[in-house]
Amino acid sequence: MKEIQFDAIRDAVAKLCIDANCLLGDDVVQAFEDGLKIEESPAGKDILNQLLENEQIARKEMMPICQDTGWAVVWVKLGSGVRVQGGELYDAIQQGVARGYTDGYLRKSIVKDPLRRVNTKDNTPAIIYTDIGPGDGLEIIVQPKGGGSENMSEVKMLSAADGAEGIKRFVVDRVARSKANPCPPVIVGVGIGGTFEKCAMLAKHSLLREIGSVHPDPFYADMEKELLERVNKLGIGPQGLGGRVTALAVFVEAFPCHIATMPCAVNINCHAARHKSVTL
Amino acid sequence: MAKKITAPLTPETVKDLRAGDSVLISGTIYTGRDLAHKRLTDSLKAGEKLPFDLAGAVIYYVGPSPAKPGQVIGSAGPTTSYRMDAYSPLLMEKGLRGMIGKGNRTPVVLDAMKKYGAVYFAAVGGAAALIAKTIKKAKVIAYDDLGPEAVRELEVEDFPAIVINDMYGGDLYEQGVAQYKKD
Repeated sequence: MKEIQFDAIRDAVAKLCIDANCLLGDDVVQAFEDGLKIEESPAGKDILNQLLENEQIARKEMMPICQDTGWAVVWVKLGSGVRVQGGELYDAIQQGVARGYTDGYLRKSIVKDPLRRVNTKDNTPAIIYTDIGPGDGLEIIVQPKGGGSENMSEVKMLSAADGAEGIKRFVVDRVARSKANPCPPVIVGVGIGGTFEKCAMLAKHSLLREIGSVHPDPFYADMEKELLERVNKLGIGPQGLGGRVTALAVFVEAFPCHIATMPCAVNINCHAARHKSVTL
Repeated sequence: MAKKITAPLTPETVKDLRAGDSVLISGTIYTGRDLAHKRLTDSLKAGEKLPFDLAGAVIYYVGPSPAKPGQVIGSAGPTTSYRMDAYSPLLMEKGLRGMIGKGNRTPVVLDAMKKYGAVYFAAVGGAAALIAKTIKKAKVIAYDDLGPEAVRELEVEDFPAIVINDMYGGDLYEQGVAQYKKD
C-alpha cells in the first residue's frame, strides 16, 4: 500500500490549475508557429502572431492566457495500491481547485444552479472522472475547459448505415456551424461509439492528446487527417475572419458500440487548449 | 493602418467605419455580459435609470479574471457575443452605438445596427493577457454581486479591435470566409 497525503494532492491540484491556465503547452505554441507557415490570410497571420505574443505575456507574468479559466475538468487515474491519508481524494481535489482558482487570480466561472445562476465564488465543483486500475500511482490531469467552445459542441445518435462518411459529415458540419464563435483555430475532439454519455466523454478526453501526435490505429489516423483537411477547407480561419487555419488538430477516440447505435460527439476546444498533469 | 477612434462614439465615427477596418479604441467603455445585459434591459423596461449613460456608449462583452496586486485588471479578452443578441436591439434603441465581442450576430441584431447606426467590433478571443495591457483604469460601477459579470467602467488606450459589422450591412465574417472557402 502506498500512502499519499491529502494535503499533497490538494496542493498539487492547486498548482495544476494555475499552471494549466497560465502556461500554454509547447505543442500548442508549435501549432501556432506551424499555422503561420500555411496561413494565407494577412488577418489570420496577424491573429496567430497575437496569440504567440499573448502566450509570452501570460507565461512571463503568470496571468491567464484567456480570462475564461474554465470548468476544472479533472481526470484521475488511481492505482488500487494507493491509500489517501488525512481525508478523501475527492475533497482534496475540490479544495485544490478552490485554492488554485483563488490564489492564482483565476476567474470563478461556475454558478450553483443552471437557472438561478449564483456564482459559487471558488470555481467548484470540479468535474472529476476517475479510472481505477492496478499499481500504486496517482495521476491527476487538470483540463480547464472554456465555455464558449463548449457551447459549440454536440452529440448525435447516428446509425451504422451512416458509416464513416456520416461521422465525417457531422464533424465537419459542426465546425462549419460554429463559425467564429469558439475562438478558432480550434482543436476538434471526436468521440465515436459507447453510449450517449460515453461518447461525449471520449470526445472530451481526446482533447488531452498532444497536437502533432498520430492516432495509433491507422484507420483513425487516416480519418483524423482527412477531417483536418476538410475542416481547413471551410475557410473560417483564425477568429473566423477567413483563412486556412480553422483547426490545429482533429482527435478521434473510438469505443465499442451497441449493435443498434453509432453515437458521435464533437467537443470543440478553443486555441487555448489547456491541460497539465502530475503523478504522485 | 488602424483607425484611431474615441469612445463614447459620435454618429460621425460610426458612419466612417466599414467592415474590415482595424481600429484602436481610446476613451471610456463599459463591460457587460449575460446577466448584466438582463439586468440592464429589465431596468430599461421598468423605466429605471441605468448605471451609465447609453448615449454613444460602447459595451465590451467581457468577464475579466481578477486583478493581481499591482494590476489594473486581470486577463480580459472578449466572450462570445450571440448570447447578448436577445438584449442588444433594445440597448441600441436607447443609445448604444458600439459592441465589442467575438463571433457571429443574429439578423435581428444586424438589422438594429442598420436602423440605429451602430457598429460591432471583434477583439481577438483568447488574447486576453495582451488586451489587458490596453486597459488603463477599471472600476466596478454596478452589479458587484455578479462577480466577473459585474458592470465595469474601463478606460482604454489603443484597444485593438476590428470592425465585423458596420451600419451599412457589411459583414467581415461573411466576406472573409467566402474568400478562403474551398469546395
